[in-house]
Amino acid sequence: MEPINIVNSVYAPLDRKNVDTDQIISKEFLKRIERTGFGQFVFYHWRFDKEGNPVEDFVLNKPQYNGAEILVAQDNFGCGSSREHAPWAILDYGFRVVIAPSFADIFYNNCFKNGILPIKLTEAECDELLEKGLAKAQAIEVNLKAQTVTTGYGQTYAFPIDPYYKEMLLNGWDEISLTIKYEDQIAAYEKSRIAY
Amino acid sequence: MGKNIIEKVWEQHVVHREAGKPDLLYIDLHLIHEVTSPQAFEGLRLAGRKVRRTDLCFATMDHNVPTKNLPTINDPIAKKQIMTLAENAVEFGIELADIGHPDQGIVHVIGPELGLTQPGKTIVCGDSHTATHGAFGAIAFGIGTSEVEHVLSTQTLWQIKPPTMEIRVNGDLGIGVTAKDIILAIIAKWGIGIGTGHIVEYTGEAIRKLSMEERMTICNMSIEAGAKAGLISPDETTVEFLRGRRHVPQGEQFEEAAKYWLSLASDTDATYDVMLEIDAANIEPIVTWGTNPAMGVGVSKTVPTAADYDNEADKSALDKALEYMDLQAGQKITDIEIQHVFIGSCTNSRITDLRAAAEIVEGHTIAAGVTGIVVPGSWSTKAQAEKEGLHTIFLEAGFEWRESGCSACLGMNEDVIPSGERCASTSNRNFEGRQGAGARTHLVSPEMAAAAAIHGRFVDVRQLQKQEA
Repeated sequence: MEPINIVNSVYAPLDRKNVDTDQIISKEFLKRIERTGFGQFVFYHWRFDKEGNPVEDFVLNKPQYNGAEILVAQDNFGCGSSREHAPWAILDYGFRVVIAPSFADIFYNNCFKNGILPIKLTEAECDELLEKGLAKAQAIEVNLKAQTVTTGYGQTYAFPIDPYYKEMLLNGWDEISLTIKYEDQIAAYEKSRIAY
Repeated sequence: MGKNIIEKVWEQHVVHREAGKPDLLYIDLHLIHEVTSPQAFEGLRLAGRKVRRTDLCFATMDHNVPTKNLPTINDPIAKKQIMTLAENAVEFGIELADIGHPDQGIVHVIGPELGLTQPGKTIVCGDSHTATHGAFGAIAFGIGTSEVEHVLSTQTLWQIKPPTMEIRVNGDLGIGVTAKDIILAIIAKWGIGIGTGHIVEYTGEAIRKLSMEERMTICNMSIEAGAKAGLISPDETTVEFLRGRRHVPQGEQFEEAAKYWLSLASDTDATYDVMLEIDAANIEPIVTWGTNPAMGVGVSKTVPTAADYDNEADKSALDKALEYMDLQAGQKITDIEIQHVFIGSCTNSRITDLRAAAEIVEGHTIAAGVTGIVVPGSWSTKAQAEKEGLHTIFLEAGFEWRESGCSACLGMNEDVIPSGERCASTSNRNFEGRQGAGARTHLVSPEMAAAAAIHGRFVDVRQLQKQEA
């Protein structure tokens, strides 16, 4: 997993709440047996019409947001299905950071396993980012170590993150190799566990 | 002060705890299916790792499997995914209920049927509807593929202990009102984010009176309220459901297990971080009109209008949903015509669901222009239904009677609702495109779906039952 600390990029304002994982990656694209190659299908039915032509007014199809590594949305981002294909698609498309007032649990967890930084800002802060970003594409700087988002309009927002997950992202750690160090404790637990 | 069941089961599974870290939690049962596991097995192979406890894993195919003309699988990519699970099960030594196996079925239907699901267990699966197993008093939750790999390799997961929530359902349900309506009413009342970050225990008189199948329907949709998991304390109903099932202890050992299971129930003076209450008597059969499970109303009501919402974001969500669903604000629910009926999914495909739907259907035929499919949750459910003659009732009414699988709940196989058409569905999600690109989903109970099939539009199943009484 690639470590992450500072991301300086234009952000894509996705002005929607309850963006579910069915919209992030639709079921017809879940049949691959690899982790890669899902980026081309991200938000497919919002990006393309029935004939497969790009929907012009969808945010990711607007040239001013090309190359955005940060996605900003409203409440409850990533709700619904547990499919890790959703963060895989977001990462593969080029996003490293998703900012929203709140996230669904499984999606939030899945981000940390893939080197994506999910940032919870307040609703007012997200609204401001969305409003300014929709009016004019602009860059922001995300600093994980400092836990800050610095805007081009002179604001710095602090964000909370669990220290364990922060370390994981900063170091790009593989969680399984960390857990294997607890082998003795796992084995001891297994000897005494209640099992019917 | 007493403890609730969530605290009891969680504390019992902590392998390692230290400040600044999540708990390292032991996992008792890992259920595996074809869609969210191939990348996890590949990860193990690349790192030269093994499955630590093959005896605590159980795999089946459900999401992709065709529900007719088996064993032919026309979609080559789906076939490859299914074959990959079969190969991985052999290579890593995991028990598999393959297509055609008498134990095959939707993973959340067969776990309880086989007695793999038991009170007090921690249960995970790479599927968000894993909370279904919480009906037995287990902590059961959906995980991503990286976590699937982590459990395969270590039989543990790092988990931050979530806050607890009690949702108490007081009183008695009215006739024609079901467990599905309870959970849809809860989500409609408090929204799809109410449970986020929490484990929910459903309590109260109305819950105690439910069968295990009905409890599974409620716990199943905990994720639709955003909850990490949802569960119900075990009682005699739980114990009697499990008695004699293949993977539970038999004889005297069963009585011993039962005693232990019952001891896990929440103490009478248990408290929770959040407590909510709803009256069962006020719940009516629910129909969703929008594009998330909270967008639902009683069948006697109308589609909301902008005046029903305070803020701009909700008004705009209403507009977007009505446009996608091709509905008018203020339209009567019973004026909505449907073209498809799907009875199935891990929410409502168990034998009691099929019996309830068959009871409505018996002696009627489905309306002209309506296509109805019934997809039993497992081979074993299908066999039981056929023994009772339920399939004949459905077939004579004009329904198709299919093999088991996830089917039109998410349309990964060929069971897709065409664009622009409307489906009364007993499944769990009405997101845009869920049942097929452009398809319009209305979530309902099996009884309401069966009644909609006969009338070609939504009808109040309570009126129907009154007329026939």
